[in-house]
Amino acid sequence: MNAAADKLPMPLLPDLSRVPRVDEVGVVERAARFRTRSIKKDSKVAALKMVLSMIDLTTLEGQDTPGKVRQLCAKALHLHAVLPDLPKVAAVCVYPTMVSVARAALGGSGIHVASVATGFPSGMTDLACKLSETRQAVAEGADEIDMVISRGAFLRGDYQHVFDEIVAVKEACGDAHLKVILETGELNTLDNVRRASMLAMHAGADFIKTSTGKIQPAATMEVTLVMLQAIRDYYRETGRMVGMKPAGGISKAKLAVHYLIMLRETLGQAWMSPDWFRFGASSLANDVLMQIVKQQTGAYQSADYFSQD
Amino acid sequence: MSNKDQDSRLEFNTDWTYSPAPESTDHVRILDRYGLFIGGEFVEPDSGKYFATINPASEDKLSELAEANPADVDRAVKAARQAYRKHWSKLSAATRGKYIYRIARILQERAREFAVVESMDGGKPIRESRDVDVPLAAAHFFYYAGWADKADYAFPGRTARPVGVAGQIIPWNFPLLMAAWKVAPALACGNTVVLKPAETTPLTAMLLAEVIQEAQLPPGVVNIVTGAGATGAAIVDHPDIDKIAFTGSTEVGRIIQKALAGTQTRYTLELGGKAANIIFEDAALDQAVEGIVNGIFFNQGHVCCAGSRLLVQESVADDVLARLKDRMETLIVGDPLDKNTDIGAINSKMQLEKINEYLEIGQQEGAAMHQSSCPVPDKGYWCRPTVFTGVAQSNRIVQEEIFGPVLAVQTFRTVDEAVAKANNTPYGLSGGIWTDKGAKIFKVSNQVRAGVVWANTFNKFDPGAPFGGYKESGIGREGGLHGLKPYLQLA
Amino acid sequence: MANDEKLMARAVRQGNAASATGAAQKPRKLALASEPERVGVLKTYKLYIGGKFPRTESGRFYKAEDHEGEALANMCRASRKDFREAVVAARAAFAGWSSASAFLRGQILYRVAEMLEGRKEQFIAELSALGATPAKARAEVEEAIDRLVYFAGWCDKYQQVFSSVNPVSSSHFNFSLLEPTGVVVIVAPQKNPLLGLVANLAPAIAGGNTTVILASEKLPIAAVSFAEVLHSSDVPGGVVNILTGLRSELLEHFAAHMDVNALVYCGNDQKQIKQVQELAADNIKRVIVRKLARWDDEKSRNPYLLADTQEVKTTWHPIGK
Repeated sequence: MNAAADKLPMPLLPDLSRVPRVDEVGVVERAARFRTRSIKKDSKVAALKMVLSMIDLTTLEGQDTPGKVRQLCAKALHLHAVLPDLPKVAAVCVYPTMVSVARAALGGSGIHVASVATGFPSGMTDLACKLSETRQAVAEGADEIDMVISRGAFLRGDYQHVFDEIVAVKEACGDAHLKVILETGELNTLDNVRRASMLAMHAGADFIKTSTGKIQPAATMEVTLVMLQAIRDYYRETGRMVGMKPAGGISKAKLAVHYLIMLRETLGQAWMSPDWFRFGASSLANDVLMQIVKQQTGAYQSADYFSQD
Repeated sequence: MSNKDQDSRLEFNTDWTYSPAPESTDHVRILDRYGLFIGGEFVEPDSGKYFATINPASEDKLSELAEANPADVDRAVKAARQAYRKHWSKLSAATRGKYIYRIARILQERAREFAVVESMDGGKPIRESRDVDVPLAAAHFFYYAGWADKADYAFPGRTARPVGVAGQIIPWNFPLLMAAWKVAPALACGNTVVLKPAETTPLTAMLLAEVIQEAQLPPGVVNIVTGAGATGAAIVDHPDIDKIAFTGSTEVGRIIQKALAGTQTRYTLELGGKAANIIFEDAALDQAVEGIVNGIFFNQGHVCCAGSRLLVQESVADDVLARLKDRMETLIVGDPLDKNTDIGAINSKMQLEKINEYLEIGQQEGAAMHQSSCPVPDKGYWCRPTVFTGVAQSNRIVQEEIFGPVLAVQTFRTVDEAVAKANNTPYGLSGGIWTDKGAKIFKVSNQVRAGVVWANTFNKFDPGAPFGGYKESGIGREGGLHGLKPYLQLA
Repeated sequence: MANDEKLMARAVRQGNAASATGAAQKPRKLALASEPERVGVLKTYKLYIGGKFPRTESGRFYKAEDHEGEALANMCRASRKDFREAVVAARAAFAGWSSASAFLRGQILYRVAEMLEGRKEQFIAELSALGATPAKARAEVEEAIDRLVYFAGWCDKYQQVFSSVNPVSSSHFNFSLLEPTGVVVIVAPQKNPLLGLVANLAPAIAGGNTTVILASEKLPIAAVSFAEVLHSSDVPGGVVNILTGLRSELLEHFAAHMDVNALVYCGNDQKQIKQVQELAADNIKRVIVRKLARWDDEKSRNPYLLADTQEVKTTWHPIGK
């Protein structure tokens, strides 16, 4: 996908002390500013469709069954029967044991199968487990792997450990794309978020992702902004594009559109596609569909008319 | 971050753009003609003359306003004096406060109308008039309403009494907000007022007159006279005014100070500025860039305390400029009433000509000029966000106040050099410091000769925070506890 | 005359304030018996804890009487467990209220004043039923409204009056500011059931504290009605909690509670004051005793009441390159 990526030398842990500082108050103000943008008419419809195309439709519950995963895949394939010309969602995101089910259900639709791995959500397993889990998910047909970093190691300052794990998992991924989940809700400060972003990208992440969805707060605009700025800095430094995936807590179309505004004004045109930006969400798709129908009919919608899978 | 700047450019001219999102104007009522607000009523001017106010974004005429001559000003002063003697000074302080609370509340209720009219008349983006000017104006009335019966606690050991009749002359960059800054403390301290808004932006002052009627203030407590420089001069020269409060250019401030020499009239002056925004290498760079943008492009750069000079430490200069240029590409210049507009119309043709003259001067002086690539409308007065690099301390664009969206960038190596450059100006209104190191904030803040210093932020205003300049940036403070003093006699 | 006031008292219970004060209305003897009109709905007076109106968990009650000894209403006789719940609610509300901007606190206090102004007649009726002359009742309600406005104004000003920058000799920026002390229990005055409560409550919450108030024992109904005003005024639940009950029963629990930071005692009972001060020592509780006989003059209307429930924090910060 990206010529520069192939030429990357042996990854080295970057000097995190050189990563620019983050002032939280300033970030909060900037994020609020995006929310004052007003998206109407054509630009709203275009934004809603773009959001749909960027969704990783997700189910990550202990109570998941093959039946439920198949239902979710069916939803991915047929978002809303009465609306023609809808884009497809980007991927279906499941646990490793459900990869083969999702793979079979999605077939050659072009919708990717993403699997969480590496002891999701806590990451509290050893490297061997993490690698075998990754390899298994890829072998069963996962196109994308969403790994978690070892937050404990990061917080105690053992950056090399975190870095080496990502490098190893990246290698285990083979051709599958690697999304690295920072679990920003456990990193405490935006300075940590920015450093962890840099670390993950240097270690080979194809995407960086905010959260597992199991820890609060999950994705916020503030955290996502800091990660987007880190992606920009990394791009300026290396020429390699890295994708961004906010996950958890984005369930309303309006909020998702605010994220798009932030993406547009931070990274610009090149990132405005499902190749480079995803939403990890379960209930977002239906709200977006409701807004699209509202734009078409002029009437506010009821959840009763949209299938919940 | 600068290694691959050339090949790794970001493209902000995106396929997905924002459709127009204009704020509706149908709830707004602007009369064809406004008289002078004297003694609680709108009256015909003795001059018989009217002047037009236009929308700088469309060049359309919005309304006509009476031109107050010296006889009109005299009428207004007499009304103020009478209201002071008969009503306002006789009320209990708490009751005065209640009237001012009413003004604050009515402003909050009519906020959207005020925001739209402010943007139509002055060209500022609706986002700013809606989120900054109008709420801050209401907050100012709210804050000073509370002081009305508490002034004795502000000046222990003294008994506070009002001064009398205040003549107040305000500029066109924050028309309603400046009216609030002037009127609220004056009334709270028990004074009555003759206010003159700027001739290019008088409409929200006329709406404020309506609010004052609605709040049922005794007639004559607030009088509003419209007109240009001659009207202002008539206020300054009037013998029965006890205090002059002026916000505007240093040039006019000097004239006022001379005119008042030898009289008993008190005065406060809030004048020009050429503030330095200092970025140290250990700053949070992306937030610093926001501060630069907010410092110079807020309100089209029509801000006396604008961060019009950027001093950036050499080691991060290229990096900061690259980030700044990216950020500038995302700024939307255009229709002030569009909710997505970041930079509205230049307030007047005259001001646009002045800014354009400085753009010429800057280039002639040898500086490199960079402007964002955004489109601007054909009709109306516009200026793209502009940055000059390669400027010298002696350049006119570094020395003189441009009052537009034009930033002059210089670099420095040491803290002492930054402070020396920041202070090397006749002005002293404000300054900005960006560093992650707290100790440096206090050190540099101590050394910068300016009335307001923002650390890791810029262009922040609050009714509780005093504002005003050192040196040629003015005399006296407005806002906060200190803002009471100019309106009180302390016995 | 006596009949008139009794009717007034009944009307108060029925939430029918307008008829209670309607000057033109003639006294109707035995209004309830001669009922050609509808039967009024009697109001139940409950506690106010954490933004809700529960009954006392104890199920106990006591009679609130009008000034002639006639029963006005059955009041909740709050227990120590009710008090415990109130402290939990106040503690939970403290983080949010104490960090709310001064401007916002001012707006909210002003909103309380607006709401009270809107229900002025009801309170005049209640105070009249409790024995105040109509003129005095009106004066008390109006002063309570004005007092709320007064302290609304202090919210964003007391720091400017009481805090300081301290010129220390070393290269440090040194400043002291006020911070709310925490959960404040207020034992409201027995007289002036509305103004006395407001005069002590307003400065405490203006300064960012959260509160538990014991209403006037003999004259409690206006306090419960005031809780309804607070409830409709954007005051977050838990910032003000109002209990009714017996002072002698609850006082020791107030003073002994380890999670109460300050106690404002309004009254002049030396025995009670000593008891409170002794028990308060267990957690070095601040005890503020207010012996004022009246609550409508400068002695009860000043920012020092606010400063009473504040802590001073001094911060040192280096100055250097």
